Amino acid sequence: MNAERPAWEQLSGARVLSPVQPRKLAKVPFVEMAEGRLQGVVSSGSDIERVYVSSITAGTHGYNCSTNNNRPCGGLRGTPCKHLQSLVEEAVLQYGLERVARYLRAEGDSAATLVRILSGGHESIPAAVVFSRFLRHLAYLELPDTSEPVAELHWFPSLGAVS
Amino acid sequence: MLGAQLAALHDGALPGVDEALDLIAGFDDALVSGFARLGEERAAALVALAGALGGTPLGPSAAEAAGKVTVGSITDEHLTTLAGARTALFGAVHDALLARLDDALGRSRADWEGTQPQSGDPLAGACRSWLAELAITGWRGVDHGLASSADQAIQNLLAEPRLRRPAMLLDGLAAELRASSPVGAMERLPARRWADLWARGLLLTRTGGLEATELVSGRLLPLGVDVHEHGTAVQIQIHAILEPHGRLVRTSVAAAKVDTIAGPFVWQLLSSYPVLLDALARRLSLEVTDMPLLPSGDLLWHEGRASAGAYTDPFATARVQLTGAVSPAVPPLERHPVRIAEPVFVEGYKSDGKTLQLDGSGLAFDLDRLPQSGPLTPQLLKASTACIGLMRWDGGQWRLQPLAVQATVKKERLAVHNGDWALGPTDQKARGSGAKAGDPVAVLKERAGRLLRR
Repeated sequence: MNAERPAWEQLSGARVLSPVQPRKLAKVPFVEMAEGRLQGVVSSGSDIERVYVSSITAGTHGYNCSTNNNRPCGGLRGTPCKHLQSLVEEAVLQYGLERVARYLRAEGDSAATLVRILSGGHESIPAAVVFSRFLRHLAYLELPDTSEPVAELHWFPSLGAVS
Repeated sequence: MLGAQLAALHDGALPGVDEALDLIAGFDDALVSGFARLGEERAAALVALAGALGGTPLGPSAAEAAGKVTVGSITDEHLTTLAGARTALFGAVHDALLARLDDALGRSRADWEGTQPQSGDPLAGACRSWLAELAITGWRGVDHGLASSADQAIQNLLAEPRLRRPAMLLDGLAAELRASSPVGAMERLPARRWADLWARGLLLTRTGGLEATELVSGRLLPLGVDVHEHGTAVQIQIHAILEPHGRLVRTSVAAAKVDTIAGPFVWQLLSSYPVLLDALARRLSLEVTDMPLLPSGDLLWHEGRASAGAYTDPFATARVQLTGAVSPAVPPLERHPVRIAEPVFVEGYKSDGKTLQLDGSGLAFDLDRLPQSGPLTPQLLKASTACIGLMRWDGGQWRLQPLAVQATVKKERLAVHNGDWALGPTDQKARGSGAKAGDPVAVLKERAGRLLRR
């Protein structure tokens, strides 16, 4: 029998997505690259009820940070605030520097340099859209589980570490 | 599985399989560029696929659908028929492969006695329109907008427990398309895989769930656990022998999740099944009473109808009882090679961690199906001499997906199982990295509790 691996294009179980890397979620419970932005939610360090919605637009590198009730972040004075820094740091942990830099269309050898080159200035990005995506994300955890066999999941092998 | 059985599995090509796969590849190629601009060659591929079913009841409608689609009349009905034609062809490949495997193993299989009900849930309509749009556009034309355009429709499916199967399938496909957009910029496409998921989506949104045909009681002796997972779903599927019937059965539980919950943390999402998880972690048998059994050999797990039994060694079960056990029938619509997951036991082999050698025959390990939620690693496979696994077939090749191995590590004889961490990692290193990552399930549940119900 030949031990060569069959062509990826001809595999039903071909792996398309790489697993996200584990990270602590306490500070930044949600980060995603979607809708042309790196965006996410950063928990307030002082008020457990408050979260900040931070986002950076790919290409233009405009950014915004506000509470989920649309109050502007006090740390945003002409430069990215600490929430935006946390957002980029956690995105790099989760997706890897290369993917984040490619998505933002930015160059940098670390999360810190990615933040430093953010030159697009303050841009009006609606917090509500990002926040509702976070709520939708959380809503997955509220769906009831099932003991009906889902045969379709045979197409989705557990995301192992090796290949 | 003996060396002779492994040799028998690979003894000669299966008639018709390569031809069928060629026809399927032609269809998949048409989906890459889209049905709106087929061109002569791809149009011929659709007609050829339909033609292969000429002698079957599906033949005339498949021919008509291919004829209409190639001249630009692309309706839901025609697309469903073509998806059915592709599925039927793969069904034939599945049957040939499974018959060869059963013959090689000397395994007997029950006859199909269930019914496959139809269903047409209106909630699924928007998702079907999306699947049609994908087929018309072709994978190459998929951008962020099209990839995300069914997100709301999929959320609606997820909210309806009856539609969990199509919801989990389509959510998985949509996530891959979103992450791959714009698909036109990709160097190569998972053409087989996406066509599989597309066809499955169209058929599944027209299919009702299977009904249990009997209630069974007895002792369940687990062989091992298979873990399935994508960003927003996890399923564990336990393969076991049901005594005193000597039947191979499976039982599954699945939960929704998010992508940042992965690895050993996925077990926490299944904490409402303590009897089942405890049995996996402590290698116990399970006593079941009046548990519903589907004609597909799947026990519908009810915690209240099960209790923990005595310690049982899955390797003893595999060694002694697997040979004579009867396998369940496969539901007609699930006849696809990717679903072949037949439990086998192999011992006395040599392994380099990638392939095992048994009496001069080789069999590759399916390393793509080694979950991060358990302790099995390629290093353990290399040190192993016995394995309980699932026979898998993909891309023209049989592989062995390990569920448990016996290995000698530092002169110590170990038995390591996929389900060992069902109650949390037992290994220092995994515990350490778990502690470093905090507890994502607890963090997100706290956030959900505080923010969702405002």
